[in-house]
Amino acid sequence: MGSGEKLRMGHGSGGRLTAELIDGFFGAGFEPGELDDAATVSLGQERFAFTTDSFVVDPLFFPGGDIGRLAVFGTVNDLAAQGAEPAYLSLAVVGSEGFELDLLRRIMGSVSEAAVEAGVRVVTGDTKVMEHSALRGVVLNTAGVGRLRDGAQISAGRVQAGDIVIVTGPLGDHEAAVLCHRYDFGLDGVKSDCASVAGAAAAVIGAVGQELRWMRDPTRGGLATVLNELASQIGASVEIVQSAVPVSPAVRDTADILGLDPLYLACEGRLVLVVSAQSADEAVAALQERGGCPQAIAVGRVNETGSARPRVELLTEFGGRRILRYLTADQQPRIC
Amino acid sequence: MCLGVPGEVIEIQVDGRGRAAVGEVEMAVNLHLTPEAKIGDFVMVHAGTALEVMNTAAAEASIKLLGELSEREARAETLFADIETSAAQLDATTIMEVCGTHTTAIARSDIRARLPRNIDLISGPGCPVCVTPPGEIDMAIDLALSGRATIATFGDMLHVPGSRGSLESARVDGADVVVVYGPEQALELARGREGEVVFLGVGFETTAPLIAGAVKDADRSRLTNFSALVMHRLVPPALTALLSDPDSAIDGLLCPGHVSTVIGVAPYEPIARDFGVASVIAGFEPLDVLEATTMLVAKMARGEGGVGNQYARAVKYEGSRKAQELINEVFEVVDGSWRGVGIIPDSALALRGEWGRFDARRRFELEMHEVPEPPGCRCGEILGGRAKPLECPLWGHSCLPQTPVGPCMVSSEGSCRAAYIYG
Ligand code: SF4
Repeated sequence: MGSGEKLRMGHGSGGRLTAELIDGFFGAGFEPGELDDAATVSLGQERFAFTTDSFVVDPLFFPGGDIGRLAVFGTVNDLAAQGAEPAYLSLAVVGSEGFELDLLRRIMGSVSEAAVEAGVRVVTGDTKVMEHSALRGVVLNTAGVGRLRDGAQISAGRVQAGDIVIVTGPLGDHEAAVLCHRYDFGLDGVKSDCASVAGAAAAVIGAVGQELRWMRDPTRGGLATVLNELASQIGASVEIVQSAVPVSPAVRDTADILGLDPLYLACEGRLVLVVSAQSADEAVAALQERGGCPQAIAVGRVNETGSARPRVELLTEFGGRRILRYLTADQQPRIC
Repeated sequence: MCLGVPGEVIEIQVDGRGRAAVGEVEMAVNLHLTPEAKIGDFVMVHAGTALEVMNTAAAEASIKLLGELSEREARAETLFADIETSAAQLDATTIMEVCGTHTTAIARSDIRARLPRNIDLISGPGCPVCVTPPGEIDMAIDLALSGRATIATFGDMLHVPGSRGSLESARVDGADVVVVYGPEQALELARGREGEVVFLGVGFETTAPLIAGAVKDADRSRLTNFSALVMHRLVPPALTALLSDPDSAIDGLLCPGHVSTVIGVAPYEPIARDFGVASVIAGFEPLDVLEATTMLVAKMARGEGGVGNQYARAVKYEGSRKAQELINEVFEVVDGSWRGVGIIPDSALALRGEWGRFDARRRFELEMHEVPEPPGCRCGEILGGRAKPLECPLWGHSCLPQTPVGPCMVSSEGSCRAAYIYG
């Protein structure tokens, strides 16, 4: 008999539980590398990034996007964050018996639109149907591949003390939009930021090359979580300046209503980058001018690597410090 | 302890509902506690219900002030300087922030680190879910696992441990547990299905009128599959219990703003008088907390007692009559067991007999089994400022964040947990 342990929602949240879970999986034939969101593989002389992701979202349609757009951009962005030029995707659809075909058509329409926007082609796919009792709604999976851009060397191991942390725009829009929709809050301001970040990544790589050390798209668990992952990978101490972190007023309001912290809310069209101190200004300028990210901004710094006490700290408004911990579970609306 | 956001009323419907704009977000609000609200008024919204009509001028001023970072910073500097001045006239002084939301605001902006050395801020009982004893959580878990009902709960409750796991782990084992934002959603859930829906009535005085409202709503719309498992706790009796201890080291209290929106200022007055603790009711923005601390320290420097109200934009002297009436109509006051502290007389609410058909305890014949807490939890003393977490023999051994014993370890901002995580 097994250990009796069971899957929990938190295992899929991208936080610490996910990390613990997958750590226990690897056996012969697994070669997970640095555990970034995409793997780097070689075929002959060419180097590629390769990734896969599954998409479960409630609601399926939300302001600014739907599960179809999410499925395309999610994988495109994982490739882009690895320094690759996204090229081909696969798409698998698992739907429940009885799911409205019109809705499925709408979702597929979004997939095709998003693919055109991101400049990728969906070249293979699969469809399965499960009984209504086993699944409600629809689940998508995409896998993607893209050639690594010349000059890109994205790796946590290259991050050094003194490097600057940059974000490409306001944080938390995607999750705030989904939550607003789920709890029936009307919103003029909040829309999912769901979009391709490949252009932004290309602009930075073009401008600063290897001075770009590391980047990730802050999806589940948001900025705080990806930085914690980086910190624990390389024993970094990272410092973020609260007043510099861009959060739109509508996202802040949504977070206040539900008792959530915007620093932990998911984005679907942003990047978090670590760039050497001397190239940080250039990287921000490239993002703003050529990367389509007018609100790109430096928000913090890597103070130390190889530390026995990896941590992410927030410099608060009144000059205090707060530790931003790993998210251990999905954020839920609270009363206190 | 109780989140609340100011919203501007933008729509009022005939059925006592409406919509409010919270900054840029519009949301449905239940206006049954604020029938006097007009379009353009600001209301304090808690879990989808307007608790009180706010003092509009003050609300607007605070919203403006909160908008400008440079103004906020300047204001904070002034307040820190004022605190220094008052503190210079005081000996070592211990202030308890009663409310977990204050603790969070204080931690988020790290106000503690910038206070003078002789001013010690200690965290109070935290939040209403953290003080729920394991036996009561077990009751909810057993009901969920029995498959007899869907449990609707605020997200806070999901991770609070009973003696054998939490509601979250019950969900893993197949229990139907749904997280809701407010009572409206719990009622909707009941309307949308055949089976029983049990709403967990947790929270302090702030949340109690919402649960009372939901019960009355269910009655009015003849919902037969809705009931509430009421575990509400009351703040003033707990303060009295903490301060009654002859060794209590607490000199001043920062009192919870949104609880006070409901109960008003008066219930704190006998406490402040009898125990000689200066008190100030505080709002929840970091600046509110800082301003309230400034008021409190100044009060103490002047040797003055009584209860101040920093949060006048949302707290009237008499509180919300309507909410108080609703609580009294639906609930009666009973003794309550607090995790890590024990029984506190007259500190909990239970549904009155007339509303028995909505009482999940009766409907499902639930019995609360006191779970003996491991001996040695010193939360009571820690909350009273008389012990530090490391002095507890269980701390870091049998009491850990994953397997907490007392509320100081359950609460994400509790003293024992903070001591464990931040070292
Ligand atoms: S360490 Fe645990 S058992 Fe000890 S006082 Fe704190 S909460 Fe109670």
